[in-house]
Amino acid sequence: MSPPAPTATLAGRLMGDVRLRRRRALNRTMETVATLAAVAAVVVLAVVFVSVVIKGIGAINLDFLIHSEVPFGQSGGGIANAIVGTIVLVALASAMAIPVGILVGLHASEFARPRTAAAVRFALDLLNGVPTIVTGIFVFGLLVVGHTQSGYAGAFALAIVMLPIVARAAQEVLSLVPATVREGALALGATRWRAVVRVVLPTASSGLITGALLAVARAAGETAPLLFTSSILTTTGVSTNPGQTLVSIPLRIYQLAEGTSPSEHSEAWAAALLLILAVLAINVVARALYGRTRARMAAMQ
Amino acid sequence: MDDVPEASLSPTLPGVHKPAPSVRIRGLRAYYGDAERVKGIDLDLNANEVTAIIGPSGCGKSTMIRCINRMHEEIPGARSEGRVVLDDVNLYDPSVDVIAVRRTVGMVFQRPNPFPTMSIFDNVAAGPRLANRRRSDLQAAVRTALEGAGLWQEVADRLSEPATGLSGGQQQRLCIARSLAVDPEVILMDEPCSALDPTASLRIEQLIDELKRRVTIAIVTHNMQQAARVADRTAFMLDGELIEVGPTHHMFTSPSDPRTEDYVTGKFG
Amino acid sequence: MTTYSSGTPVAAVRLSSARRTAVDRAGDPILRGLTWLASAVAIVLFVALVYKVCDLAGESFSHYGLSFIGRETWNPNPSTKTYGFGAADFLFGTAVTSFFALLIAAPTSVAIALFLTELAPRRARRPVATLVELLAAIPSVVLGLWGLIVLAPIMSSTIEPALHAVLGWIPLFSGTPSSVGILTGVVILTIMTVPIVSAVMHELFGTVPGELKEAALALGATRWEMVRMVMLPYARSGMVGAVILGLGRALGEAIAVALVVGNADAIHTSLFEPGSTLASHIAAEYQGATTSLQISSLAYLAVILLALSVIANLIARLIARRAPLRLGAGVGGPE
Ligand SMILES: Nc1ncnc2c1ncn2[C@@H]1O[C@H](COP(=O)(O)OP(=O)(O)O)[C@@H](O)[C@H]1O
Ligand SMILES: [Mg+2]
Repeated sequence: MSPPAPTATLAGRLMGDVRLRRRRALNRTMETVATLAAVAAVVVLAVVFVSVVIKGIGAINLDFLIHSEVPFGQSGGGIANAIVGTIVLVALASAMAIPVGILVGLHASEFARPRTAAAVRFALDLLNGVPTIVTGIFVFGLLVVGHTQSGYAGAFALAIVMLPIVARAAQEVLSLVPATVREGALALGATRWRAVVRVVLPTASSGLITGALLAVARAAGETAPLLFTSSILTTTGVSTNPGQTLVSIPLRIYQLAEGTSPSEHSEAWAAALLLILAVLAINVVARALYGRTRARMAAMQ
Repeated sequence: MDDVPEASLSPTLPGVHKPAPSVRIRGLRAYYGDAERVKGIDLDLNANEVTAIIGPSGCGKSTMIRCINRMHEEIPGARSEGRVVLDDVNLYDPSVDVIAVRRTVGMVFQRPNPFPTMSIFDNVAAGPRLANRRRSDLQAAVRTALEGAGLWQEVADRLSEPATGLSGGQQQRLCIARSLAVDPEVILMDEPCSALDPTASLRIEQLIDELKRRVTIAIVTHNMQQAARVADRTAFMLDGELIEVGPTHHMFTSPSDPRTEDYVTGKFG
Repeated sequence: MTTYSSGTPVAAVRLSSARRTAVDRAGDPILRGLTWLASAVAIVLFVALVYKVCDLAGESFSHYGLSFIGRETWNPNPSTKTYGFGAADFLFGTAVTSFFALLIAAPTSVAIALFLTELAPRRARRPVATLVELLAAIPSVVLGLWGLIVLAPIMSSTIEPALHAVLGWIPLFSGTPSSVGILTGVVILTIMTVPIVSAVMHELFGTVPGELKEAALALGATRWEMVRMVMLPYARSGMVGAVILGLGRALGEAIAVALVVGNADAIHTSLFEPGSTLASHIAAEYQGATTSLQISSLAYLAVILLALSVIANLIARLIARRAPLRLGAGVGGPE
């Protein structure tokens, strides 16, 4: 019938056949596709970053940094009030979200029954899934309707965005603290709160800081929660008074981007450069710290 | 045209004697990064025989047999040197395809590892399907492989059930059937009974005895009684080196190396 | 008396240790109470948020009822005849942008995660994973600015004409290319969801037992065949969860989309046309709301958006919580 196939011999079999070469070609194709996808993601990051640097660097100068925005229609102006506004807003939001978030984490790791901890985790995940524009609407209804926009309202909205990030990170990192560390302190006669303050929190500190930093980076870049809570300026110039509206860098970028003149756009790029540098720097520091925590915890187990 | 070679690869019927190749390992060295864990081994696996590999934990038994089907090189940073010759073909020859090597040299692992997302049938059919076997052939191939693994009667009426519903011993025989389904010439078993109870282990041992009529077998075991029961020849490894190899009864009664004697009499390891 | 208060060293020690035990006794319940309170705050915040946003939408709800969802008008000028509000245009825009963004992001994320778990050289793994995650850290307003000024012109000059030339017979790609529009929104949302979805998938693929991967390779599978045979089936439900998580993010993105989507309240079949999403429309109107019905209708949009994201989150969690597959279940059991 048909001639003896080469694969009938052991040597032939071990060399593979046409079909095997076809399978290998498909494999190579898929490997290439996967590699290209990863390359594409990194390239997009690079392109966005480089665009911002190239377009922003020209517009950044001392005047831009130390002057505030000017009324519509006038030229010039800077971003000093937005920088200060962002710092005040994020600081206030951090003061609300970070302590509460760490306490939530402690509740899960030290006191709560597993069912309760799971319920809190669930609420945090839901909160984390709320679109930030909706958070803004919530705070608008809670604090702005019947009053005015204010830095407090904006900071509160940012705090709601931060809380689930801080709390989930705290829950995770505190649950990694080895039981032996905690029990060691309790065995020496320390009360639980002393064990927490002296041993548990310090052990987890760099992980807690990571969570806090990631939340700060996130809040610093958020625009949507501020649209309805702290966007309509009542004063010009630098203000640190959270009783009034505080303008922030992201909000300023949004407003400038919606403008049409080239000068507005170049200001927007300059502000974007400041923002992206700050946010990426915080992220990089946070990640480096987290790597260290994990290594430390692993060594303790 | 393409179907001709596949037809010649259909699993051999159980009980039929089929000459299998011998395996000659020469100057085999294996590394993880810079650490040399197999330090120049020469060893023969005789055709249609069972060779047991014994030695204390960490001496390089798994590493050594994983070089025989070239699975060692899948570990990042791992590499090997030397020759593994099947009859007269060096498996490390550049003209040899590593995938064809793995279909010729099957492997059964320490823990039963059936694919948990697949049915019993699909587990056995997984290998043949890679070669695009036709549907009707597939049914026959699965049945033959399950018969070869002594599992057909137990699972014939539940082939579409998940493989994870089987007992541990059945799962391990399913894994044997899975590797038989691509009609290997050699089967490597790395402590195949260490996760099983004595009854299930005995069943596997009986199976090994039947399988050697059609394949050449290497079995790593830490159980010396098991080696004595199933192996024609036994090799003793220590610290990445082959200390001694010979007929099994000889190894357990009158080994020539004092270190082998110490090990088989339980003085260490 | 005086000698006591001036205190010998011994008395001082005794005093401080007495004070210490008092602090210690109070400390535990105080800490426990504070942590409990913080957890309660987290839950109350979510409940209050849902309540308040629904409350704000009350006027619009009593005016339109559920028909709001199907109404296609959004005319905030009370002196015109067609004055009135509805969500249909924005629901459509949200559905289209999110659907197409995930259509691109899901396979891309699988590919990236496979690259990271299976292909990347060991040293490159962490840096590449970190870079991909950093993509998610770019503030959405910056991405929106980039989308508006850098990407949008390229969309209208190059990408959309090319799509039109090749796929123009499909209604989606008919019409005139334009810089801002639904498709530009899709691209931006894809960029925003890929890092999130691929990070979850990367973690997921890391949980596939090595023994299963080895079993497939030992059968003579190529790497891709191993992926199809073992990894994708093993991770399947988690992958669906990851995509839905990404969907939740895409639905809710306001700022970046508002900058590039064109902000038109209209329904078009062509992806080149401008549109609006629920979130982007709320953002676009932040300064313009005049009547209380308009504000309430914006809150109504927020309610719909909130419901969609909560549902997406719940589904993602439900899927993710399904018990992971156990390897070798029943090992060692009776024969
Ligand atoms: N993946 C690996 N990476 C690095 N070293 C390994 C790896 N696997 C095994 N080793 C080392 O190689 C040596 C031999 O291991 P192995 O072959 O598994 O021994 P055995 O099977 O005889 O118990 C041991 O010292 C072990 O620590
Ligand atoms: Mg071993």
